[in-house]
Amino acid sequence: MCLAVPGRVLSITEADGVPMAEVDFGGVRKEVCLQYVPDVRVGEYVIVHVGFAIQQLDEESARQTLANFERMGILEEEFGEVPRRVQ
Amino acid sequence: MKYLDEFSDPALAARLVEQIHAATTRPWAMMEVCGGQTHSIIRHGIDQLLPDGVEMIHGPGCPVCVTPLEVIDKALAIAARPGVIFCSFGDMLRVPGSGQDLFGVKSAGGDVRVVYSPMDALKLARENPDRQVVFFGIGFETTAPANAMTVHQARRLGLTNFSLLVSHVLVPPAIAAIMESPRCRVQAFLAAGHVCSVMGTREYPPLAEKYGVPIVVTGFEPLDILEGIRQTVTLLEAGRAEVRNAYPRAVRDEGNPAAMAMLRDVFEVTDRTWRGIGEIPGSGWRLSPRYREFDAELRFDVGGLHTAESPLCRSGEVLQGLLKPHECAAFGKQCTPRTPLGATMVSSEGACAAYYAYRLVTHS
Amino acid sequence: MTLDFESWTCPVPLRDTPAIVLGHGGGGAMSAELVQHLFLPGYGSAGAPGELGDCAVLEVAGARLAFSTDGFVVKPMVFPGGSIGDLAVNGTVNDLAMSGATPLYLSAAFILQEGTALAEIGRIAEAMGAAARAAGVRLVTGDTKVVDNGSGDGVFITTAGIGVVPDGVDIRPGRASPGDAILISGDLGEHGVAVLSCREGLTFGTEVRSDTAPLHGLVAAMLATEADVHVLRDPTRGGVAAALNEIAKAAGVGVELVERDLPVPGEVADACSLLGLDPLQVANEGKLIAFVPAERADELLEAMRAHPYGKNARRIGTCVPDHPGMVVARTALGGTRVISMPIGEQLPRIC
Repeated sequence: MCLAVPGRVLSITEADGVPMAEVDFGGVRKEVCLQYVPDVRVGEYVIVHVGFAIQQLDEESARQTLANFERMGILEEEFGEVPRRVQ
Repeated sequence: MKYLDEFSDPALAARLVEQIHAATTRPWAMMEVCGGQTHSIIRHGIDQLLPDGVEMIHGPGCPVCVTPLEVIDKALAIAARPGVIFCSFGDMLRVPGSGQDLFGVKSAGGDVRVVYSPMDALKLARENPDRQVVFFGIGFETTAPANAMTVHQARRLGLTNFSLLVSHVLVPPAIAAIMESPRCRVQAFLAAGHVCSVMGTREYPPLAEKYGVPIVVTGFEPLDILEGIRQTVTLLEAGRAEVRNAYPRAVRDEGNPAAMAMLRDVFEVTDRTWRGIGEIPGSGWRLSPRYREFDAELRFDVGGLHTAESPLCRSGEVLQGLLKPHECAAFGKQCTPRTPLGATMVSSEGACAAYYAYRLVTHS
Repeated sequence: MTLDFESWTCPVPLRDTPAIVLGHGGGGAMSAELVQHLFLPGYGSAGAPGELGDCAVLEVAGARLAFSTDGFVVKPMVFPGGSIGDLAVNGTVNDLAMSGATPLYLSAAFILQEGTALAEIGRIAEAMGAAARAAGVRLVTGDTKVVDNGSGDGVFITTAGIGVVPDGVDIRPGRASPGDAILISGDLGEHGVAVLSCREGLTFGTEVRSDTAPLHGLVAAMLATEADVHVLRDPTRGGVAAALNEIAKAAGVGVELVERDLPVPGEVADACSLLGLDPLQVANEGKLIAFVPAERADELLEAMRAHPYGKNARRIGTCVPDHPGMVVARTALGGTRVISMPIGEQLPRIC
């Protein structure tokens, strides 16, 4: 798997030739290696696993996904379909 | 935490559950190949919200519990040596080898340390030039870039007292092995989102086509998992063996090119034994010849150590979805998280351990 | 390629360890096994006559005395919000308070490693003095031993304490009854997260501070309502998960939590997400859990909220006759999960 969580880049530095960042996880801050997300900028979100940013989080996509969930079901109500009840 | 909390919203989850119910007309068996997803499913009781007959099979997705016994025994042998600082992710410490676990080695005087990141092990090597520092480099494709970076940096910094005990495993060959099994009843896969954050999605269409199964790249929060299941059911109902990405905020089709380039440099594909499963050809990574000098197996000469796994538990069938954890005669009796018989009980994310921890007794 | 799944195998079990491992001190199942399978058989008829708890209540010359002891080995010794000195006083004060007792006197034994700076020990002593004054108890006796460099780890402290249990008060795990409301005095997980944040190999930045505090004042405020409080427990090592499992087992009752009612501060939740920990298993040092008759719950909550250490008190669940010995939580999504007894040490997960 792999336990990986999104955090916001607070600042970027360099240590021994490796780009490092302080990343904020809702108030908890941790040093994170940015070697694999060279283009990320301060203020952007990264997905962090064992101290490494493994991917930049696409905020637009996140909003889009949530908006899709919000719309879901409502569309059906418009079409007059009643979704089956949960158990 | 932003982008975590929003994806746990109970009201939106209820809508997704309704959608899944509305889309389902018949029983389906799908497998998640990711310990984190298994954890999340059980932790939030997601499987109890699904329509009757929609079954989640918890696959061999926990890198901790599939690490082969032999490699654990090698780790124990290295960690017990004087002058060695043996560093590991926390959850590896209680995984038993054939005699004891890393806690036992520590209790007997071995210098075993838990680190959060592999880079912390590298830091220890720099701070302790007179000691040999070994990092236990396990994990799927998600963790491999972090572990790769340690040897890359060790070489750049000229560190001669750092090495890596490597036991990496790969998801796509495991999916193929599961589908090749004669009794396979998996009809679709939720692919592990963070593995795909690194590796992208391009390995999956050939698998979907060859085995006729939909594969949906799925995240880890409750809404992500429900959306993965919803898309999977939709594809199954439509009879379409296609690949979808239900976790686009963290997964791009091309993966992470910088990480993949590092992986190609540091590792090469090898056959790998999966604990409780057996050898799956081409299912692992080991250090490439360019980095062999950082291979702890060679440095500490434990390559000759061989351990056979003994035939006691049925975790192979559990991993394959042929047996629910609580249907095993040993479950909760001889086999508990405290005294694990097999891989699936070893890690807190193993299917059996997850059942043991979270499942209501009324279900067993 | 075809794998024969029928013959897939896995390894021989790891049975009980022949030597002490860290998990034996984790406050979970391994700690309990050590007591059950080693200490009690060793004590034989000299062992405890009744329920085993963090605190014994004993009739002595007509008075009911509460008696408790606790060892402190925290690493690092100073952490955000407190130090080993605060814990050594508050920990024992709280163990006494969980029987409803008014704590009176403490002893303190120090095991010091050769080479430990006197200034450091002085700071610990000052912290203990301040904590004792704040709790209204006196440190009246003690002992000091020194071990070779390398045999200890800086400073270990053992405190013992006695207090007096008021007439008519009978608070112990065995009294948990189906129907009881389960209350918590405030936010969860702060101490454990504060300590983890400065532990070697894990360090992270956080504003979370240890909640270490003496709780007997809060208990007194609860007892002043004259409600029949059945059980009190401070969820320290092993967290709420261990405390509730112990109570469920001791009383042969089930526990049902409502997850969305658990007061987990955002930063604690985020630190737990980052490290893969369950907030229910993280230690607290200034919180209590209470099992009380449901019809008195609101009144008790009001009394708790009026006290500085109970401001965020709330009801988190119910004691039930079903699934005796087991703790179950209703998840926010409407499913259920079992809250199991933690086994040994809490370990950060990668997966």
